[in-house]
Amino acid sequence: MASPEKYAPPPPPSDTVAALLAFTVVAVLIMPTLDVFGVIDHFTLNLWGKYLCYALLALSVNLLWGGTGLLSLGQGLFFALGGYMHGMYLMRMIGDQGQYHKPIPDFLVFLGWTELPGFWKPFEHFSFAMLMVFLLPGIIAGVFGWLAFRSRIKGVYFSILTQALTYAGALIFFRNNTLMGGNNGFTDFKTELGFSLLEPATQRGLFIATAVVLIGVVILLRWLEGTKFGLVQRAIRDGENRTLFSGYATPAFKLFLFVLAALIAAIGGALYVPQVGIINPSDMTPEKSLEAIVWVAVGGRGTLLGPILGAVFVNMLKSYATRAIPDLWLILLGGLFLLVVLFLPGGLVSLPEKLRGLWQRFRPAPTSAPAA
Amino acid sequence: MAHPLLTVEDVSKTYDGFKAISNLNFYLFEGELRTVIGPNGAGKSTFFDLLTGRTQPDKGKIEFGTDPADTHDLTKLDEVAINRLGIGRKFQTPSVYAEHTVRENLILSLRGTRGVFASLFHRLNSTDNDRIDELLKLIRLEAKGEWKAGLLAHGEKQWLEIGMLLAQEPRVLLVDEPAAGMTDEETHRTGELLLSLAGKHSLVVVEHDMAFVKQIAANGRVTVLHQGALLCEGKFDDVQADPRVREVYLGRGKHGTR
Repeated sequence: MASPEKYAPPPPPSDTVAALLAFTVVAVLIMPTLDVFGVIDHFTLNLWGKYLCYALLALSVNLLWGGTGLLSLGQGLFFALGGYMHGMYLMRMIGDQGQYHKPIPDFLVFLGWTELPGFWKPFEHFSFAMLMVFLLPGIIAGVFGWLAFRSRIKGVYFSILTQALTYAGALIFFRNNTLMGGNNGFTDFKTELGFSLLEPATQRGLFIATAVVLIGVVILLRWLEGTKFGLVQRAIRDGENRTLFSGYATPAFKLFLFVLAALIAAIGGALYVPQVGIINPSDMTPEKSLEAIVWVAVGGRGTLLGPILGAVFVNMLKSYATRAIPDLWLILLGGLFLLVVLFLPGGLVSLPEKLRGLWQRFRPAPTSAPAA
Repeated sequence: MAHPLLTVEDVSKTYDGFKAISNLNFYLFEGELRTVIGPNGAGKSTFFDLLTGRTQPDKGKIEFGTDPADTHDLTKLDEVAINRLGIGRKFQTPSVYAEHTVRENLILSLRGTRGVFASLFHRLNSTDNDRIDELLKLIRLEAKGEWKAGLLAHGEKQWLEIGMLLAQEPRVLLVDEPAAGMTDEETHRTGELLLSLAGKHSLVVVEHDMAFVKQIAANGRVTVLHQGALLCEGKFDDVQADPRVREVYLGRGKHGTR
């Protein structure tokens, strides 16, 4: 072997690098510039910022489902928790500019509180809130994963449990006494690190930050695929028994991946909140997590590009359809899922390949035969 | 007399009232090639499950190690720990990683790095690569190193799994029906391979194909299981001549009935 140092990387690396490069230029340079000169409006850029946050959630789902064969129906929980942790900081930054003009968030005033509950206090520090964006989802994923994988919970049982986990989260956050805003959640944010969230320049900055984080996560996941860890991960997906009987403690590998996936979802949620301006417990309902499964299936499970494409495409469609034909949106979503499962199991990323195949089958005969 | 490498004494295992293994005694000595035969349902797979930690016995002892003062109680260890002690298992249906290349299948099996964090930063060195090339040659797949394992023929998958077992450099190889799905010539080559491993490794081979058993048991001993218990043990010719064996197994054709 000419290059014995590296494991054979999964195909096709050049495509991924090219796509990544193109995406970097478009998302980090061109789109914000167009926004500055008014070619695309602020609303559109903001919408794309939201899509990129969803792309992070889709990558989280795919890391488990596509890469390891673990279908988690609860990734929305970690996304929402990341959002809530950042949201607590944003709520503190409202200061006394709320409806009641008190130094504590409005919902607490409404509940009869006159001063801040203890656990809210450190969230006035941005750095503490950012730490909690990682810490809380990481710990919950760690404890849940440790219990589930240690007990060898697999397949559909794992899926059901993750769904129950996110549902339990939603129930807890719906309660007013959780002191996290009840069913209204957090909204009416004013500033982030002193910058007004109503300023287009702030939103532009958040968009660029989201694009940069997304690129960073893609590079990380791409690197992971090429390591021996990546080999073991895919081996677990295709033959967990063989892996176990080859001396790999598969529960430890799955736990690592579950926590990593939770962290990726959490950053997505943390970036989502200031751009969308609201976070509430409906983001923890199982439906939200199921939507993310559809994005990954539509885009192409088991690839890096597919989940991103799927998240952007399905949400663009949703933005359009919920305005134009609101009653038909869910039927459209279900139909799309069916179409992909039946006719395009590889998702949108497999479309060029599929079309090439069709073209070769139907193109005129003379061109297929080489000249004699 | 030397202490056995693998000591199984008075072991029983019941599944929902069905006695899969009852009061079994079994001793494997270092470097030995032991063949285990028995009709379907005789408890051969359960026996391997007990040895590899997939399941635990209701009673009895299973110990590993030739030093009487320092043996490992296998009934207290899980699959991973037992594998790391040096006991490798080949499954009845060939289980290779279908989406990985043949070479990657061997890389994954290579003795060494097994931890989560270690595997993040692990790099193959030239010794590893030489070892893999050597194994590819041994299992006659050197031309198919970059093939996806799922594309191999059934017999080739069997060989690959044997290669994966050898890559682990185990002290004991538990081999379940290695010749299933092979042509006569492939079967014979498999037999030669297993015979060449005896001495360096200790092997337990479960098999149905009598021509194959005769080949690999030429110098070793044969253990006959029947209804979860030891029926008899000895040289191939003695076992074949034993009327009890003929009654339960050989006399009723290759697979017999329960």
